Amino acid sequence: MLTNFKRIIKFAFTDFWRNKGISLAAVFVLVITIMLATGLFFFQGITKYLVSQVQDKIDITAYFKEDASEEDILKIRDEILKMSPDIKKIEYVSKEDALKVFTEKHKDNSVFSKALEEVGQNPFLPSLNITTTGSALQYEQISNILQTEDYSAFIDKVDFSQKKDTIEKVFAITSNINAFGLILGVILVIVAILVVFNTIKLAVESSKNEISTMRIVGASNWFIRGPFITQGAIYGLIAFIICFIFSILSTYFLSSKIGVILPGFNAFRYFLSNFWIFILIQLGFGIGLGIAASFIVVRKYLRI
Amino acid sequence: MIRFKNVTKIYSPNTIVLQDVSFEVEKGEFVSIVGKSGAGKTTLIRLLLGFETPTSGEVYFQDINVNETSAQRLQEMRRKIGSIFQDYRLFYGKTVYENVAYILSVEGKENEEIDREVPKILDIIGLSEKINNFPNELSGGEQQRLAIARALVNYPDVIVADEPTGNLDPYNTYEVISLLEKINKAGKTVILSTHDREIINKLGKRVITIENGKVVRDEKKGRFII
Repeated sequence: MLTNFKRIIKFAFTDFWRNKGISLAAVFVLVITIMLATGLFFFQGITKYLVSQVQDKIDITAYFKEDASEEDILKIRDEILKMSPDIKKIEYVSKEDALKVFTEKHKDNSVFSKALEEVGQNPFLPSLNITTTGSALQYEQISNILQTEDYSAFIDKVDFSQKKDTIEKVFAITSNINAFGLILGVILVIVAILVVFNTIKLAVESSKNEISTMRIVGASNWFIRGPFITQGAIYGLIAFIICFIFSILSTYFLSSKIGVILPGFNAFRYFLSNFWIFILIQLGFGIGLGIAASFIVVRKYLRI
Repeated sequence: MIRFKNVTKIYSPNTIVLQDVSFEVEKGEFVSIVGKSGAGKTTLIRLLLGFETPTSGEVYFQDINVNETSAQRLQEMRRKIGSIFQDYRLFYGKTVYENVAYILSVEGKENEEIDREVPKILDIIGLSEKINNFPNELSGGEQQRLAIARALVNYPDVIVADEPTGNLDPYNTYEVISLLEKINKAGKTVILSTHDREIINKLGKRVITIENGKVVRDEKKGRFII
């Protein structure tokens, strides 16, 4: 058993080395496939990042009546927080804070400060600023809760209806980007897998007659299949190593350039934080595909 | 040892290759199967090796029904039959040494035994000098000798040669046939399929003649009559 196993490995390495051209072609198409799969994962990471960036900028604000006490507002905040698990962040902005933010934002614009002086008092209302984890529907639900009788005594208005169109548009665009990217990526990966199958088929086909001779001399199916499958694994392993090194180097050196286009997105850090997933994807696509393709292609010739 | 019992082989829809063929081959016999191209000689050998299933009838090798046995036993049976073909059927990606060694690897023989047996048979067959060459670097005669070395290395019970001299010149033909005679003298059963009149007439051994898929003659000391 062990002797057979050793022989299978030895046959595989010898054949790999003797058919350098075919081996190189197989490794090359596997590299392309792995890079596509890796790219797809990266693309997903980038869109997720972009979507969260945009979604962070979306919120609804509940403005409280002038006479609502801070205590009431905080109580309502806690109640809402308990009621809706979709809330990502809920921030209390007092009258004073709102004024501070406003003056800070427009300190260079004398028109605004003059207008404030005209009013003579703090015109801002205390508010709760709410961000959810996801869809436009969640915002609508929270907005509806805030407008129920329990709260309407304290709340002056909720600005959901003003923002509704923008919120819905943003969510529609982001989900479209996600779906489009995923479909395109999956199509590309399928095409790449077919190319891998074809290349390995060519590699095995050149040994078609030898496989039939192996059967004539009484070799068992595993003794025939073994070297081809091992070769598939070798193609995959080499392709994995190439892709892995390429991924590390490219994310490391291009990280700053990507950071210019996508501020705050660090490609290298993204790679490191998903290190094991990347290894799994690359190994899976490399070795898994190499082995599966060889297995399926050889099986055809073992039947004849 | 080998028995064909009322074997008929029909390729769909109605190409009859063999029709009610029956004969027996005893241990140590030298049997020539003769017939025109397309008479069904190769099909006969493929049936014996279990690569074809008879449409009706049975094929036995050492009392094993070839078509009803398990895949594993079929593989074991094939290891007991050394096969030689007109187109050599060598492993073109392996060296002369590896071609012969492969047969012993298939049987799970230890490396020491392989290292001992392979040079021995290559020496007998006269290919010691070409041990590290690839088949493409050999002449036709040498390639066929390599095929014979490969068929002999594991001391099989039977040698089956399907038109082994079809691609060879008269000198190499003579060499191959005398090798087969020697193997037979050493006690092995030899089945030779050929359409070469001169070989048959010179051998003076048993001849089974096939015409249009039927056995028309089976003579102890036959001649080539078609």
